Amino acid sequence: MAELNDLRLATGGEKPELRDVVTKDVGEEEILVSMGPQHPATHGVLRVVLKLSGETIVDAYPDIGYLHRGVEKIAEGWTYPQFVPMTDRLDYVAAMSNELAYVLAVERLMNIEVPPRAAYIRVIMAELQRIASHLVWLGAFGTDMGAVTLFLYCFREREKIIELFEMASGARLTYSYMRIGGVRNDLPDGFVEKARDFVKLMRQRLKEYDDLFTGNRIFEARTKGIGPLTAEQAIALSATGPTLRGSGVAYDVRRAEPYLIYDQLDFEVPVGKNGDTYDRYLCRMKEMRESLKIIEQCLDALPGGEVMAKVPKVIKPPAGEVYSLTEAPRGALGVYLVSDGSANPYRLHWRAPTFANLQIVRETTRGFKIADAVAVIGSVDIVLGEVDR
Amino acid sequence: MAAVADAWRALVDWYFALPPVVLVPLAGLLKVLAVFGWIVLNVLILIWLERKFSGRMQSRLGPMRVGRPHGWAQTIADTIKLLVKEDVIPRGVDRWLYVIAPAVVFTPALLVWAVVPFTRNWIVSDLNVALVYVAAAGSLAVLGIFMSGWGSNNKWSLLGAMRAAAQIISYEVPSVLSLMGVVMIAGSLSLQGIVAAQHRVWFIFLQPLGFIIYLIATLAELNRTPFDLTEAESELVAGFNTEYSGLRWAFFFLGEYANLLAASAIAATVFLGGWSGPFLPGIVWFVLKTYFFVILIMWIKWTMPRIRIDQMMEVGWKFLIPAALVNIAITGLVLLVV
Repeated sequence: MAELNDLRLATGGEKPELRDVVTKDVGEEEILVSMGPQHPATHGVLRVVLKLSGETIVDAYPDIGYLHRGVEKIAEGWTYPQFVPMTDRLDYVAAMSNELAYVLAVERLMNIEVPPRAAYIRVIMAELQRIASHLVWLGAFGTDMGAVTLFLYCFREREKIIELFEMASGARLTYSYMRIGGVRNDLPDGFVEKARDFVKLMRQRLKEYDDLFTGNRIFEARTKGIGPLTAEQAIALSATGPTLRGSGVAYDVRRAEPYLIYDQLDFEVPVGKNGDTYDRYLCRMKEMRESLKIIEQCLDALPGGEVMAKVPKVIKPPAGEVYSLTEAPRGALGVYLVSDGSANPYRLHWRAPTFANLQIVRETTRGFKIADAVAVIGSVDIVLGEVDR
Repeated sequence: MAAVADAWRALVDWYFALPPVVLVPLAGLLKVLAVFGWIVLNVLILIWLERKFSGRMQSRLGPMRVGRPHGWAQTIADTIKLLVKEDVIPRGVDRWLYVIAPAVVFTPALLVWAVVPFTRNWIVSDLNVALVYVAAAGSLAVLGIFMSGWGSNNKWSLLGAMRAAAQIISYEVPSVLSLMGVVMIAGSLSLQGIVAAQHRVWFIFLQPLGFIIYLIATLAELNRTPFDLTEAESELVAGFNTEYSGLRWAFFFLGEYANLLAASAIAATVFLGGWSGPFLPGIVWFVLKTYFFVILIMWIKWTMPRIRIDQMMEVGWKFLIPAALVNIAITGLVLLVV
């Protein structure tokens, strides 16, 4: 049995905590299983070391770092505008939201006021991105549950959003559309109409997903009461986004510290009650409807005018620091920037929401089954590009 | 034309003139080959059908390129690919178990066909305890699955194999019990006898509860969604066949579809009157009814999420078995009264 349980760690055994917590004290009838980094349910290169007794999880330790690229360090060698494309490669499922978080931080550091049209366009893009990101999550979550068909449906709708992004930015995944001071270009002809059509279509399709999935008895049995996270636990682990709101805490950066034009928009912050996998699922489903509402309002009130503020040719923010928080699809995305007055950031820190959210896996899966761990990991909606940076 | 007919008649005469000691084994061999050919042909169609059907459900096309129209040659191309792949036997596996497990999984599906009546006369052997034989043969597949899971020496495989053992053993019971009602009405365990007993009304109408229980239990025995726990991709990587590739893996695949076909054929025979039906020849009715079940099972597969292992055991022991017993009791009472 000891031989069977000799799991080598990714870091060559250099992680004392993991070694102590999971690999020590393996009971007589327990086995260690390495779930990932090559595993269909870990959404990329996450690895979870599972200590199992039969099918029951005794302990689960998320082992991250397989996709580390040193992005924060890279930023120090690049100029401020140069780093925008790099933000796309962090949370690659929600590239627009990352760009927005970054350019907002730089703008706050330089006190740049964005023209109203640019602010509206940014909100439209950010909310479209939220829906696209949640669609990827929903599809992957369905696949985790064994419902493969939903995945194809979600990607069919996501394609419409990507087409919209392609119209505006020319790219389908890594857009580089947000610029310091505004957006790269104005919306092309036909964008507004196409976006309206999408909102209408998406409302119908959300109903379809509910029919297919939400009321399904098997799905409810698989998610209700699974991986419960209390509000206290969620706050203590600094979980944000739907993972926090599923536990009943109505914290949304768009409401708590509004940026751009979010204070003028009418939308609700859906919260769950029990903090289980089902509530996290419902939160995201409702959020998509709220995002549709926001997009509709922005399309109606879209003002004319410039889409870029007057910014200097070479961006050199005054010496100082800024911490700028935005609500990305996965939670509160914070950008901490320190400037020494030169053209390169002195220090950049990326507060990735899923880095914190991932920690709930260990807290919530103890005593559940392997299949439940898959459901919980799916409900957290991780993107390893962002967790590892 | 006449020459061919003469040659054929000569061949038939020669065949029947053979001494029994040669004729009987030769006949058996020919029947086995015929059944094997039937299975392989159907599995090729089934895999293609599953791809097209799931494609249709998921608003995509499925295979389109290999063979026109509609990629009919895709499965053949895949088979050739699997045939020419390197035969990998990982270090550390239990060689014997690992090597023979795919064959053990496939064989039961072949055995079942020995008693399935294709038409009034087309049947390998009209066994008088055919249903018992079907149940016995069907439950052998779990041995192969467990052998592969244990022999692979891989933790995911072992978990899949343990699930399979728990699953198939507990669903064998309701599956057999659900057929008892049919046996009581038909008064026969022979499949031809059961078909004959349905000449007026199909048993699906007389035994609706039995049919539903049989369908659910069959899904579980076939490892199909919502009960595809043994190879649950998102949980156990690929379950019991994680370490398999190439031709050995293809045998698991073949076994899976052969089992699907066999279970559908049994269901069509027991609940839908088998080959009997008006106007069309028996074989056509038999194929139509079998494929009705195949499509039904595929439809369920591509709609449902997967159930969890403990929930599945609960459904089996707490719902299906009591329901099957109630069904038997009701059937018995009705037979007593009528």
